[in-house]
Amino acid sequence: MKKNWAWILIVLLCLNCSNDDGSGGYEPTPMPLDIPEIFSNNIIPPVIPTDNPQTIEGVALGKKLFFDNILSADGTKSCVSCHSPQSAFTDNSPTSIGIDGIAGTRNSMPIFNLAWNYNERFNWDGSALSMERQAEEPVQNPIELHSNWDNVVERLQSHPEYPGLFELAFKTSTITKELTTKAIAQFERTLISANSKFDQYSLGQATLTEQELNGLDIFLREDKGDCFHCHGNPNNPLWTNNDFHNNGLDATFTDLGLGAVTGDPNDNGKFRSPSLRNLAYTAPYMHDGRFATLDEVIDHYSEGLQNSPTIDPLMKQIAQGGVQLTDQEKADLKAFLLTLSDPSFINNPEFQD
Amino acid sequence: MIRKILLQLCIVLCVFGCESDDSNSGNSNQTSPTFTFSHDWDGTPVSSSDFNNFMFTTANGESVSIERLRYVISDITFTANSGEILNINGHHLVDVTNDEGFSYTLPSTIPTGTFANVSFTFGLDNEDNSQNYPDLNSANFNVPDMLGGGYHYMQFDGKFINSNMEEMGFNYHAIRAVDASDPNNLIFPQDTFFTVNLGSIPITSSTEIEIEMNIAEWFKNPNLWDLNVYNQMLMPNATAQILMYENGLNVFSLGEITYGTE
Ligand code: HEC
Ligand code: HEC
Repeated sequence: MKKNWAWILIVLLCLNCSNDDGSGGYEPTPMPLDIPEIFSNNIIPPVIPTDNPQTIEGVALGKKLFFDNILSADGTKSCVSCHSPQSAFTDNSPTSIGIDGIAGTRNSMPIFNLAWNYNERFNWDGSALSMERQAEEPVQNPIELHSNWDNVVERLQSHPEYPGLFELAFKTSTITKELTTKAIAQFERTLISANSKFDQYSLGQATLTEQELNGLDIFLREDKGDCFHCHGNPNNPLWTNNDFHNNGLDATFTDLGLGAVTGDPNDNGKFRSPSLRNLAYTAPYMHDGRFATLDEVIDHYSEGLQNSPTIDPLMKQIAQGGVQLTDQEKADLKAFLLTLSDPSFINNPEFQD
Repeated sequence: MIRKILLQLCIVLCVFGCESDDSNSGNSNQTSPTFTFSHDWDGTPVSSSDFNNFMFTTANGESVSIERLRYVISDITFTANSGEILNINGHHLVDVTNDEGFSYTLPSTIPTGTFANVSFTFGLDNEDNSQNYPDLNSANFNVPDMLGGGYHYMQFDGKFINSNMEEMGFNYHAIRAVDASDPNNLIFPQDTFFTVNLGSIPITSSTEIEIEMNIAEWFKNPNLWDLNVYNQMLMPNATAQILMYENGLNVFSLGEITYGTE
């Protein structure tokens, strides 16, 4: 306790110093995240590392890097190749294809509201322990951008604009891997989606149809869909618990998921619950993109469950394949799920190239 | 994780900041005791490293593997010998699965001395349960509105070997008992949060009080729990909730009290 208090004091002191420094030296302009009302009303604040505060210049640099092919070995791809704004920052192929035309084994993940992933375990399997560290990986991954960081840093350093932009964002024109990933993470934290029809409904600004309300009921009922134990609820507007589960996709695993990261066989076949926001734009679904449509996803939970030793105990009636929804219930559930999609997010001009 | 704790501390500071800094600054007779939480199965210590193994047997004879266990306690109360009651408003989530929340330092101070009784609430009383708590929302601990809203008191998930010798999931989720058969007229048959009395405890300037949960008791006493009968979908089942409540009364006990030097 004493120790924690001390930490807070130290943090406060540091913040103070940098504010009333007064030396007249250049400082990047702070740009606190614009936290949507539906989040500030309901959930705890986002995670912003103290050593990487959001600034206007940092976010602008991160955005430029995110869209720039300079990060790939042959200059043909960028982050946005697999994380496109029109698809809520994922892509529409089951598994993503890297610069050498080789497909990986995982479905690209959408990028939004990641600053609220409180446990800071990123990727389907939780292998990346912060957003900054996550951004290191795609650059060097042979089936993604297939660069090496030394070359990337060299290319950025000899570029006509980048050294100046790093100077503005970080007060140094000496470019490093760490500063590059910091800028990218700052941009990614600004990708916030909280303006779906359902958000408006929660704020009393929209109404849901009878069918959508029935779908919500099925989503929330423990004796129907029981989706809420893993995928959030109206008071947890992230629509995910960001936790790892085996939701019964396979009886045996080709991809061990969390188990390969922790080395614990009890984690085999567990993947991070995705947010159910923006499903209208993020097909195909699951870590390997196996389901092309939401109907297939719902059929999976209704009749398609595969038993395995690590299947989550929240999965029910496994012998019958799942929660056994009627056609009407499936249609209602789907209608509800689609109210969580946010067209203003994919059309936000600030997030386009 | 540390950041999460810091965030929560900040929130706690903001909420309680105003209350605590008027009367007792510099008063060495005020203290914030710490409560710690430990778990056992009829005397055998249980931690997350024992999870995902069929290493426990219920009183009714079912072999059980624990996969998730988290619960809320609230409203720690100190009753002085004079009968004066000091109620510390607040709640705390213990998450055994992720080894979090095992220690809870009171967000405000109490005077040192011996108290006739120290108690806490398992879960949240009905008034507290009708508030909106960002920390519990963020932990995805909510109970849907059609079951009365509010929060789980406990989420205890695992698997057992059923009478067909197959592994089967159970979701021992304790909430406020509700009969929701008419969605427009929810009936709450009885309260299912409860007070746990730890008895008389001397509080010095640095006191740590251990609260022990015997997990086996959830399946034992007074209701012998048959997991073949009650396993999943127990939230809408008021009968099951009342059985959990009755067994819960025997689950907690006072562990060790340790006094630091200060
Ligand atoms: C070739 C396609 C591809 C490229 C290029 C790519 N990604 Fe990804 N991205 C993926 C895949 C696939 C995953 C899931 C990885 C996994 O689970 O192993 C992913 C996961 C992520 C995640 C994790 C999201 C979460 O919720 O945990 C972030 C953040 C991310 N990528 C950012 C980036 C950034 C920044 C770049 C550019 C530096 C980039 N990606 C380039 C395919 C790509
Ligand atoms: C035990 C936790 C759990 C429950 C309960 C659960 N899910 Fe999931 N869900 C997951 C996990 C984990 C994944 C990712 C699995 C993977 O890709 O391997 C997932 C994936 C999904 C996806 C795909 C999203 C995407 O972006 O690929 C959808 C849609 C979905 N679930 C909807 C539902 C619905 C509807 C219900 C209720 C019928 C439900 N889930 C119940 C854990 C759960």
